[in-house]
Amino acid sequence: MLAKKFRRQWPLHLMILPGVILVLIYSYWPMVGIAMAFQKFTPFKGLFGSKWIGLDNFHYVFALPETGQIIWNTIFISIMKIGAGLIAPITISLLLNELRNELIKRGVQTLIYLPHFLSWVILGGILIDILSPTNGIVNQVLGWFGVEPIFFLGSNKWFPYTLVMSDIWKEFGFSTIVYLAALSSINPSLYEAATVDGASRWKQTIHITLPGMMPIVILMATLSLGNVLNAGFDQVFNLYSPQVYQSGDVLDTFIYRIGMQNAQYGVGTAVGFFKSIVSLVFITTSYALASKFANYRIF
Amino acid sequence: MHIKPSLSRKIFMACNYTFLIALGLLCVLPMVHILALSFSSKGPATAGMVGLWPVDFTLSSYEYVLTKPQFLKAMWITVQRVVLGTSISMLLTLLIAYPLSKEAKDFAFRTQYAWFFVFTTLFSGGLIPRYMTIRDTGLIDTLWALVIPGAVAVFNVILLLNFFRGLPKELEEASFIDGGGYMTSLWRIYAPLSLPAMATVTLFTVVGQWNEWFDGLLLMNTPEKYPLSSYLQTVIVQENLTKVTADQAAMLAEVSNRTFKAAQIFIGALPILCVYPFLQRFFVKGIVMGSVKE
Repeated sequence: MLAKKFRRQWPLHLMILPGVILVLIYSYWPMVGIAMAFQKFTPFKGLFGSKWIGLDNFHYVFALPETGQIIWNTIFISIMKIGAGLIAPITISLLLNELRNELIKRGVQTLIYLPHFLSWVILGGILIDILSPTNGIVNQVLGWFGVEPIFFLGSNKWFPYTLVMSDIWKEFGFSTIVYLAALSSINPSLYEAATVDGASRWKQTIHITLPGMMPIVILMATLSLGNVLNAGFDQVFNLYSPQVYQSGDVLDTFIYRIGMQNAQYGVGTAVGFFKSIVSLVFITTSYALASKFANYRIF
Repeated sequence: MHIKPSLSRKIFMACNYTFLIALGLLCVLPMVHILALSFSSKGPATAGMVGLWPVDFTLSSYEYVLTKPQFLKAMWITVQRVVLGTSISMLLTLLIAYPLSKEAKDFAFRTQYAWFFVFTTLFSGGLIPRYMTIRDTGLIDTLWALVIPGAVAVFNVILLLNFFRGLPKELEEASFIDGGGYMTSLWRIYAPLSLPAMATVTLFTVVGQWNEWFDGLLLMNTPEKYPLSSYLQTVIVQENLTKVTADQAAMLAEVSNRTFKAAQIFIGALPILCVYPFLQRFFVKGIVMGSVKE
């Protein structure tokens, strides 16, 4: 029976084989490589020749004075991004939904989706230029209103907020897509009925639009929980500099610097392992919540 | 039924239009400013006299950038990685999505295979073990390092497999009766019928390949082998380079000028701007499509 089944299905197994092999090598073998976190790893000795040192790498890294600050920065920045990343697109999609002129609506959408597709190298280059305290255009404009030049990317007071603002600038437009889709699926007869009953536009928004949007809002909110330790490597790496490490250094940039640039492979792997484990807990929790409350399935 | 809008509604709508149009402009004005800078002369640019229109128009920044051998080399590497990376990734995505779109009764271990792929999106070995694996497989400093390790994109697989599941099964059953196998069914029925979904995924992959900068930085030991976005990262963003020779440092000092940077930023964004109209046509549909499940 099983043999017969296999004879019929072997082309399917063959099709999937190349993908399985690549994922085994480049996704699963690195998971084995986490063993480095418990070793004094030296590349020429390899995974099987390096000395095992138990939890020393973890002890070392958690004893570093900056580690606590880095974990705090990561959580602080990502939570602000998660919050603003929900509020901004929801508000904008509600406002966009009110527009009756299709041409203007389409035009605005085209403009606000665009930054999503540009990389943080490009956007980082743009931000470094326009936010420069000496000749950047943003500080020039602020100067018209008598504001002293602000060093957005160089002062610890401003840096985390600059990260959050610029992240919203890049992503809010693209994130409106799901909410707009949810809004367009609300049954128009609900609005007609409400109008007949004399409900104002504001009342309609409160009692029809918002409840209609709630499922997708809850879903997006739960799913975003999985990002609590993702402060955005690409963005931070392209915008930060040693003078803002205090407020802007996050786990991913720290892993890169300590692990690759300082070649402390074991220590870097240990921090990465810590991050992966905590993220796994958050992501599984968020998926479990999403499947319970929003009927969400991954595949 | 049409009710005349009240005054407060009119005021709200006027504010709403103004706000949203301003917001839309805010998303692209920085880009326009950079474009204006790139066409301006050095003097007015450094003095901060350029707004949204070039001052003292010149093409010299572009001439300088486009004749630099390293820039052209990096551009060529990027073209290769986009073409190779996209075709390999698309082929793999199709070959994974099709079997996974079958029911477990038609494809033994379907659920196990699916979890095998999805698990990689939940947990990873992290940066350093991944680097070591790529090093151990001998890809460092080769073009393949930019193409092979990331070739299986699970998100795209899920998007495509959901699309496959929405296609009528009868088509395939008819082809089986005519003696066609799974391969025939994939290439003759599923692939042609899912062109819109594949166009979406392809465009996303192209954009991703063009934009990807970190793998070049991580996996290439010499800046001569950087793809364009990694090269741009070093000249636009990085201030203190650790990997450059004295020669290159002198050259970088020369180009670390506002208008040159602006020109390079714009060239880096140009291909994205060119495919953007096509992208926009597909991605809204694509995203909604990917999230619709039975």
